[in-house]
Amino acid sequence: MTADITRLAGHELAALLVSGEVSSVEATQAHLDRIAEVDGDVHAFLHVNEAALEQARAIDERRAAGEELHELAGAPVAIKDVLCTVGMPSTAGSRILEGWIPPYDATVVARLKQAGLVALGKTNMDEFAMGSSTEHSAYGPTRNPWDLERIPGGSGGGSAAAVAAFEAPFALGSDTGGSIRQPAAVTGTVGMKPTYGGVSRYGAIALASSLDQVGPVTRTVLDSALIHDVIGGHDPLDSTSLEREWPSFAAAAREGASRGDLAGLRVGVVKELDSEGIAADVQARFQETVRVLTDAGAEVVEVSCPSFAYSVAAYYLILPAEASSNLARFDSVRFGLRVEQAGQTVEDVMAATREAGFGAEVKRRIILGTYALSAGYYDAYYGSAQKVRTLIQRDFDAAFEQADILISPAAPTTAFKLGEKLDDPLAMYVNDITTIPANLAGIPGMGLPMGLGDDGLPVGLQLLAPMFEDERLYRAGAAIEALLAERWGGILTTKAPALTGREQDGAGR
Amino acid sequence: MSEITREDVQHLAGLARIALTDDEVTSLTSELSAIVDAIATVSEIAGPDVPATSHPVPLSNVMRADEVGETLSAEQVFAGAPSHDGERFRVSAILGEEQ
Repeated sequence: MTADITRLAGHELAALLVSGEVSSVEATQAHLDRIAEVDGDVHAFLHVNEAALEQARAIDERRAAGEELHELAGAPVAIKDVLCTVGMPSTAGSRILEGWIPPYDATVVARLKQAGLVALGKTNMDEFAMGSSTEHSAYGPTRNPWDLERIPGGSGGGSAAAVAAFEAPFALGSDTGGSIRQPAAVTGTVGMKPTYGGVSRYGAIALASSLDQVGPVTRTVLDSALIHDVIGGHDPLDSTSLEREWPSFAAAAREGASRGDLAGLRVGVVKELDSEGIAADVQARFQETVRVLTDAGAEVVEVSCPSFAYSVAAYYLILPAEASSNLARFDSVRFGLRVEQAGQTVEDVMAATREAGFGAEVKRRIILGTYALSAGYYDAYYGSAQKVRTLIQRDFDAAFEQADILISPAAPTTAFKLGEKLDDPLAMYVNDITTIPANLAGIPGMGLPMGLGDDGLPVGLQLLAPMFEDERLYRAGAAIEALLAERWGGILTTKAPALTGREQDGAGR
Repeated sequence: MSEITREDVQHLAGLARIALTDDEVTSLTSELSAIVDAIATVSEIAGPDVPATSHPVPLSNVMRADEVGETLSAEQVFAGAPSHDGERFRVSAILGEEQ
């Protein structure tokens, strides 16, 4: 049994835990074994939880004692290193927080613990989530399980690679400009950016506070829905957290998957995200997917969002501006790194610490943000970017009058090679064109697989819904996933080449 | 092409409290000029009649009851500090000799 546990979808594993066929210790051990086997190559994890088996044992004991536990209790989960975790280092991929163990859990982490999930460890990411390839991690890049010479996306490449490589059934990510959806696209996995305010940001190390949102990273739509149900909802510790009742996303996903068609669903294809800059093979898979939706009864219309052309520019003003302010907290005084020499003032120490502790991309964006907020430039740059945000919201409002959900490719290309865009920050930035508009508008977005490109690497589909309508994405996403799996004979991750591990012959690679 | 000079980058680095090396100043000067040219396009469609959006979901005056809650102990807070004396964070001199 142990050999198969890691291949199960999260909900399948959870059902075996509930029925008692598999214990949490067995499930946790199987994933720890898998990490030991493949993570030397993949490097999805920055830290593996030494207390995982002990925590799993405690869940098994409670279950054996007849306690009524959450349906996911005992299931393992990987946590993006941007989230604060008691007992595990939380570095956000930066040297400046190397070895820092927070005195509190992020609310999303506390809620997973409360539900009895077992944290396997912390996953790699671009430093402070600044990047689209996980190459900006201070601790070395994560590699794409589909091809170890390629990027796993970013910033949450660690979480996406962990679920794609069967090192974890569930993971958490954070999405500021696509850091959940784009890694999902290039690793053939599923990721969800909830409506802004739908999931607490308390204990998520802030990048850009008006854009950041925590969400699930999994191999199936239902698994994302199950995690979203656990982590979502109002949190008094986050003043931007929404006070509203959310429906069961798992119920929506189950309904969507069982319905078998999309009759009555109005689907808008965003013209501006379907042509320029999108690779030919990604466009081809997208057109095929549109046909699948049409055949299943969806009414597909084209919608236009002309302001999207300015979204990358607006994003790369708003994000650095907010980040330069948020990252001022790394001042060498209260936590993290301090680099000091005798006779220096606190200001000298601060500057020396930030020089040593921040990587090149973080410095670039802090300096850019400081520039954008400078007197004399503020109106032209930051002020204009905020107006673009309004125009993008208006584009979405108009589009959602014609369609229930919008669709586009989730990333312009399949996974590019490690190092390919590292020396060209602008090339890396424009790669985010498909995902950024949702963050600027605060609406929910989902990334899920839609096939393989010419190079045999995964291609991702993005679904977008109006503000607060996360449920629509789970319903439609699960339906589309089921329709595509029917054509492929299984979900896409089951097609991934085997990783060369100690116990495998590597024949698939 | 935006005119971002070495002196501009050095000034911004001072404001941001980052002691950049000369090489970093050189590379940032050319990179920032290119990036600023690209992002400055936002002004093309941001007319005076368009209101600014700072936050995706409009919220105002989020309040909570003023009640004593659970807080971190001093020990927990200082556990991650680079230097402390058990009651306070320890830092270097605030003022230099020339100040």
